This record gives sequence, C-alpha cells and structure tokens, in this order.
Amino acid sequence: MRNSALDPRWHGRLALGLLLAPALLWLGALIILPHVDLAVLSFRERIGPRQYTASLAQYKTFFAEPLYWHVFLRTAAMSVIATFLTLALAFPIAWIIAKLARGRAGSLLFIICLIPFWVSETVRTLGWMILLRESGVLPAMLVKLGLTAMPVELLYRDATILVGLVYTSLLFMVVPLVSSLESLDNSLIEAAYDLGAGGFAILRRIVIPHAAPGITAGCIVVFMLTLGNYLTPTLLGGKNSQWFTEQIYTQFITRFNWEQGAAFGFLLLGLSTALVMMGLRISGQRFGDVMRRT
Amino acid sequence: MSTPDLVADAVVKRFADHVAVDSLSFSVERGSFFSILGPSGCGKTTLLRMIAGFIAPDGGDIAIGGRSMRDVAPNRRPVNMVFQQLALFPMMSVGENVAFGLARRGVGRADRVKRSTAMLERVGLGNAADKRVDELSGGQRQRVAIARSLVLEPTLLLLDEPLGALDLKLREHMKIELKQLQASFGTTFVYITHDQSEALVLSDHVGVMSHGRFEQLGTPQDLYYRPQTPFVAGFVGANNRIVGRTTQADGEIAEIATADGWIVRALTTGAIAAGDAVEVFVRPEVAILARNASELPPQHPQHAGEVQSVLFDGANSAVLLQEARTRREFRIALPQTGQFSDLKPQEKVAFSFDPSRAVCFAARAGAAGQDA
Amino acid sequence: MKNILIASFVLALSLGIGSAQADGQKLRIISWADYVPADLIAAFKKETGIDVELTLSNNEEMISKLRATGGAGYDLAQPSQDRILAAQREFGIYKPFDLTKLKLEQFQPEFLNIVRKNTTLDGKTYGLPYLWGTDGLVVNSKRTKIADYPDLCRPDLKGKTAVRLRRPTLMAFAFAAGKDPFALYGDPKAYGALMDQVGATLTACKASFKFFYDNKDQLLNGIRSGEVVAAMMWDTGGWTLNRSDPDIQFIVPRSGALGWLDTFALPARGRNDAAAYAWINFTMRPENAARVIKSVGSFSAAMNTTPLIDPRLKAQFAAAFPNGDLKGIHWYPAIPPGLEEMEGRVLDRVKAAN
Repeated sequence: MRNSALDPRWHGRLALGLLLAPALLWLGALIILPHVDLAVLSFRERIGPRQYTASLAQYKTFFAEPLYWHVFLRTAAMSVIATFLTLALAFPIAWIIAKLARGRAGSLLFIICLIPFWVSETVRTLGWMILLRESGVLPAMLVKLGLTAMPVELLYRDATILVGLVYTSLLFMVVPLVSSLESLDNSLIEAAYDLGAGGFAILRRIVIPHAAPGITAGCIVVFMLTLGNYLTPTLLGGKNSQWFTEQIYTQFITRFNWEQGAAFGFLLLGLSTALVMMGLRISGQRFGDVMRRT
Repeated sequence: MSTPDLVADAVVKRFADHVAVDSLSFSVERGSFFSILGPSGCGKTTLLRMIAGFIAPDGGDIAIGGRSMRDVAPNRRPVNMVFQQLALFPMMSVGENVAFGLARRGVGRADRVKRSTAMLERVGLGNAADKRVDELSGGQRQRVAIARSLVLEPTLLLLDEPLGALDLKLREHMKIELKQLQASFGTTFVYITHDQSEALVLSDHVGVMSHGRFEQLGTPQDLYYRPQTPFVAGFVGANNRIVGRTTQADGEIAEIATADGWIVRALTTGAIAAGDAVEVFVRPEVAILARNASELPPQHPQHAGEVQSVLFDGANSAVLLQEARTRREFRIALPQTGQFSDLKPQEKVAFSFDPSRAVCFAARAGAAGQDA
Repeated sequence: MKNILIASFVLALSLGIGSAQADGQKLRIISWADYVPADLIAAFKKETGIDVELTLSNNEEMISKLRATGGAGYDLAQPSQDRILAAQREFGIYKPFDLTKLKLEQFQPEFLNIVRKNTTLDGKTYGLPYLWGTDGLVVNSKRTKIADYPDLCRPDLKGKTAVRLRRPTLMAFAFAAGKDPFALYGDPKAYGALMDQVGATLTACKASFKFFYDNKDQLLNGIRSGEVVAAMMWDTGGWTLNRSDPDIQFIVPRSGALGWLDTFALPARGRNDAAAYAWINFTMRPENAARVIKSVGSFSAAMNTTPLIDPRLKAQFAAAFPNGDLKGIHWYPAIPPGLEEMEGRVLDRVKAAN
C-alpha cells in the first residue's frame, strides 16, 4: 500500500479520478441512477393495490395498442422532417454568417439568431400562438390582404408544429454549421470553381463533405431536442398534437401509471439512439468526431 | 508567329481607395514561362485573379487563346490555377483530386481514372492515387496541385506563389522541378512571386510590377543587367545604391558626386543633364576588390575603403566595406578563389568598378535623400 | 473535490435550516388556484403565528407529487373527494384524520356525509369537505343555443366548442347518452363498454372541438375572443364570464349537472398536523369561509355562510337551479381502482384520432 501510494502512475490515476469525480458524480446521481430506477419500473406490472410483479406487460401494451406506436412513429417521422427542414433553413443562414457577412455583420446575424433564446421556450411558443390563433395577427392579416374570406385557424396543425419546432431548434443547427463552414478554406471553393465545378457540384463535393461533421452534429442535437420536446408540440398542436413525450407525461402524471410511462421513456430512448446511429451510418460519420464539433 | 496565349489590353482594376492594376497591357507567348514579380501589394495577385476570372476588370480586356474572357466565369475559362496554399481537397484522395476537373467536364469514370493516373505518373506520383492528401509531403502536394490543373490541358496555368509555403531547401528543389515540368508539358505558365530569384530562375520573361504597373518587362538577363528603372535595379538582385548629383554628364558615362563628396562614374539611362539628382546602382559582383590599389585595373576610377564585416555564405560570400572618406557602406562579392578568405575587419582595402557596368537613373521623387 | 465537499456541506446546511424552519410554524398547502386567498393567509398568521406556504395544482398533479415523495412535502392537500380512496389504496399517500381535533359542527352535514362515505377506508376518515360546485355548459347565447353536451358536436358549431380531455367529460357524455356511469362502477366490463361508447362519440365529435383546454385561462380566452361559443365548464367560471358579458351564460344540461366536491386531506408524511387541524378549523368558520367563497366564487361546505354570500352569486345560482334543490346533480362517488386506467386508454384514443 505504501509502495503503491508512492507510485507516480497511481498518483496520476488518483489525480485523474479526482478531476473527473464531479462529472462522474453528476452522471451517476442525476443520469444513471434515475435511468436504472426507470428501467426497473418499466419491467413491472401492477397486479393489485401496492402489489407488483416483474413483467413485460408495459412493453406488450405498447405494441398491442396501435394508438401508442402510431404516435411513436408519428413523433419519429415529424422529428426527422423537422430536422431536415431546420437543416435546409439553417444552412444558408450559416453560410451567410460564416462566408459572406464580414466582421460585425456576421456577429449581428448571429445575435439575431440568438435573440429568440433570450426568452423562455414557453414565452416563445405562446408568442407563436398569439400570431397564429384564429383571432390572432396573421389570420387577420390574411383577411386584410384578401387572401382568405374569414380568419383561418392556423394553430393545431402539423405544419404549425413543424414551424414551432424548426424555430426552436434553428440556433442549435446554425452554431455547429457556422463553426464547420468557417473552417472551410475559401480557396478550396475557388479551386473547385477554377477546375470547372458549378455551384451545385461545389456544394455537393466540397462544402457538404467538409461540413459533414457539423451537419451531423447539428442534426443529432436538433433531432434529439425535437423528439424530446414537450411544450411546442403540445401547445401548437393542441387537440391533434400526439407527441410521444406528451404520452409519457400523461402516463406519469394524469394516469399515475409510472410503469407504462417508464416503458415509454425507454422506448423513446431506444428510438432516438437507433435513429442517431442510423444517421451516423448513412452519413459515414463517427460519433466521437461529431460530438467534438458541437 | 502564333497568337499569344494571353493578351492583356489596358486592364484596369480599382478598389475603393486605390488603383490596384493601372491600365496594364502585355502578352504571353504560347509555351513560355511568364512571371510577374513584385512586392506584396503591387497588384500582382489582383491581376492573376482577373486572369482566372475571380475578379472582373473595371476596364480593358483579357484574351486567352485569342478569345476575350469578358463575362466568362472561372469554371468556363481555359485556365487553371495553382493556389498559394495549394487548396487540395482534403475530403478526397489524391486520385480524386486529380480527377475532379475531369468529372466536372463529364469525362466517364474509367477514362477519368486512366487520365488522372497517367498524369500522376508524369509528375512521379504513380502510386499515390489512393493516398489521402495529408499523407503527402509538401513537395508531393505541390505536384498534385499542378497535376490536378494540368490534367485538364489548360491553355494557361496560373501559379500564385506556390512555393511560398515551402522551406528553403525544398523551394530550391521545386524551382527546378517546376521548370522541368513546364518544359515537358509545354503549357504556358503565368507565375506570380515576390521572390526575384524564383522569377529569374524559372522565367522566359518577367514583368516587374509596382503600384499596378509594369516597371519593366523583359528576359531575366535584361532585368538583371539592363534595368530600365531604379525600382527594377533595386528590386532585382542585390545592388549598391548611391544617391547624388551629376557633376558632368556629357557622354554615356556621367560623373556623380554624393552630398558628402564621394565621386563615382556610371552609365546613364534616360536623359540626364549635369546637376540632376540621380541614383547609381552598382552590383556587388561588378566591383573588384584589392588589398593594394595597384592590383586594380588601371582604366577605372579607384576607391579606398575599410572592411566593416565579412559576410561568409559559401559561393555567395561578400564583404561589407566603408568608403574611406564618407564612411558609406559598399558591398562587394568575394571571388571564388579564396583569395580574400583571411580578410579582417578594419583592414584597409582598395576597390573599383567598370563605370559602364554601373547604372545611373534620374532620382525618383522622394528618393533623393535615402540610401539603400 | 474540495468544491464538491463545500457544495454538499452548503446543501446539507440549507436543508438543515429548511427543516429547522419547518419545525417552527409553517403550514405547506397544495391546492387549487383561488382556494386559499391571501387575506385568509394573513388573518391566519395574525391569529396563530403560523405561516402558510401555498403550491397551486390540480387533482392529477397533486396525487403524482405526493406519490413521488410517498406523501411528503406538504402538510395539507385538497383533492376532489372521489379521487382520494383509490390513491390511498394504491399509494398510501394520506393519513387519516383524528376527528376529535376538528370542529365538525362547522361543516354542513350533507356534504360531510357524502365525503366521509367516499373517503373512509378501514373505518378511518381521509377527507373532509371544503368547496363544491357543478360542471355544466357555458354558452354564448347570442351566437348559438344549446341544451345538452351532445349539442357541442352539432355541425353548425364545428371548430367552435371546447371540453377538457379528462374524466368529467367522459361522465358528462355518458349521462347525456342516458346512461349512469356511476351505477356501473362495480361492473368493470360494462363500465369499459360504456367508456368505449363515449370515446367513440367524442372521437366523432372531435372536429367540433376547437381545442381540449388544459387550464382555465385558455378556455376563458377562447370564449372571450369569440373563438369558442359553447363549452363544458364549471358553474362559477360561467358566472364570472357572465358578469363581464351578459350574453355568456352557464346552463345546467338537460341530462343534469355533475357535482364536484373538493376536500381537505392530510399527506401521509406531513410534518405539521397541528397546524393543518388549526387551519381547517379556522377556514371553516363562517366569516372565513365567506372570504373563500368571495375569492373562488364556488360554494363552501361550511355552515351558515348563506347570509354572507354575494347576492349576485345567489341570483346566478337560483337562475341555474330554479328549484333551489341539488337533487338533479350527479355527485361523483369514489372511483374503484382500475377504472381510471380504462378511462385513460379511451382518452388517449380520442386524442390520437383524426
């Protein structure tokens, strides 16, 4: 023991351990432990008052009840769509910030992207509701412009949910994109242009391959945020929101069915993991490289 | 005589506060190596980018291969460029880099591979096609950048200080390689550099550029031995510069006196009258050094000096003197004989130079008071 | 590491201080909006020296929070009377009242009886009545006329009505269909079939609903802006709207109003039962009960409050219940375990239907 205490290697390991301790403690206490607890919960079934037994019933319910996996798939599909829409919108913005706007103009644009995040998500979403509701600003404007005869309800539609999700996620896509586009040497673009490439070929062969880690990082972050979002789909989607997180909330809070809620939570975790892995496989990126970009 | 591959006709480019390229006209013969030499900020990069098509001229016209390039985008010009930082595509293999331009032209895959491999072989990188760009050495990357352009068989290859990023030894080596490449391909090269040695070694013709204009356009020999302006004399090769006024300017050889009374003789260029402010340039290798004045050629004026320091650099060794009376610095190249290898500081020596090999120009505005 | 030690020390210290304070005089209540008016808290503090710390909530959240802590964190809760027994059986989140510490004579006997009947387990009482009211329909009489819940589904009201997607709505539509869901509480199979039927009705009706409201303000906004012209709503909400816009009226549906009764209940691990008892005795005094009525607009289960009630509220009540009797009101009995899961599944399906 005395020897090992003097061993510099042991010392190094101790120092490393001490350095990592806060992070590990955080990880263990706030992430791993609750998940273990949830996992245990999800594998039991109520058979009587305060009587539970180990069972796969919660997972069986998910697959047996079309309602649940319907909402599950819908949430996944909408999240994927929202992620691609965010990418399509964020890319030109990031390009302008990284390549076209110089100095102050660039920072100004960045700040404009950041401003919505100075207020809470609730306020932002309520802002959208004020704009889009039937008696709101936008329907009134449409009537004034003569585009619609009567005010139209713009809330409670899938498209509205997508708008809200894209708006909420934009910054999380723009940041990694800007950093990866900024690192793209302009002379590469000029060289490709010089060698006969047009705009599309440059985008496809030079810009996108270079920005791929940033694109993948942005997509992963946005996808996970979107999939796990609760407020935006619930408020903007109204009676038709059908977001899976809402299903989890309902199971936990209004149905007191923690077992079902925990099982849903794990299914969602599995889904996001699977889709992220699939995305990485398709884009040929490695998770570690991508995370370093964010 | 065939049409020149590149003709610039009164090309002008202005930026907000200055004229970067000032009504420049020149032409480059097919198959020649043409350099544009100038200090940074002289407008050479702007000129090159106008030829490549990245910048549109404000006036004048550029014709390549006899065709005006007005409104022709860079990707449609018969011109390719080797960038200063080479700009190889790190997301592609070496082979893909070389095949990139061919793919853009719609060349089929098999043909593309064949032609890019052949091109890599010609630059001595036959087995590098599958390597990543960052696995190559600096010199190999250089060759890939050139191969990537040449595989497209451009009328004109533009090179933007491509050796600037290399270390000295490699730069010397690449100079020779570039020259050989150009000779073997026969493609017209337009090369820009601020390094006079690169320009002299590589080029058939050199344009010395300053403030958006060519000071002189000619062969390397012309620039070196027959500079037409004090700028060229000062910029191309090493030179001793002496500022003074002519005391006598009857024939081709004028007599010049510095303000502190040193008298030298030099060949005049341009119209110079007695009493004009002038600049005299004497190359270090033109002057002859002797321990004893009697050993100097008797027909030339003789000067006395004191050794300040010996600058040993092998074949490029020189000695820095002070002229005996005025204490002005004067540099003389040491002969290869080793005759002066034991020269010591403070040693008294004599030197002379052939006035017909020293040049004298009317002084540039604002330059009269300064010494080189 | 040092930081962590310090942080945990500070944390422990603050927890210690927190509990030291609670040992003093503090009563933590989890209740509904407006149920505990500020002037009542001030008067209580003046009389007893006890501070009241209030958390606003609803039935489901109340149960979930108490379940998560095993009944700790609050000293007094106010769930609806029908939601107590199932939660107690399942999660054990309440403790029984010691009735000897309470002035039971302050409660109206009929409400006391209903609540005691519905909240007694193994001979022990877990709930006491506090406030009551009814759920019915609110309608903008200038825009449309309705008589019963299914009218909310009329084609001419498409996109202009609202309900909550919660169990009272299921009960209301069951009664409107001529069934008595409470009578089927003992027969889960028949009850499930009834719920499926109601679910189908609501699904077919979904296009008529502007939204399923989650909070009071959402509904009030919808009605005030005219986006919603008819909705299922509680009586005092309708009367509040009526005061600012006479066109908006609360009506008792043809199939009858649903009567709700909210209670006092003691969380199992509350730390200050004495203060809770003091509070209950205090708030059920007529003059204090009148303060509550004024704040929330609902009716109290306390005795002798009638002379103290705002005459306008009395008039509105008389208009809605012309005979003055509460006979037509369907009071919620305690829910047997298992039914809520069934109802939940039905509500989920309605939500997910297109």
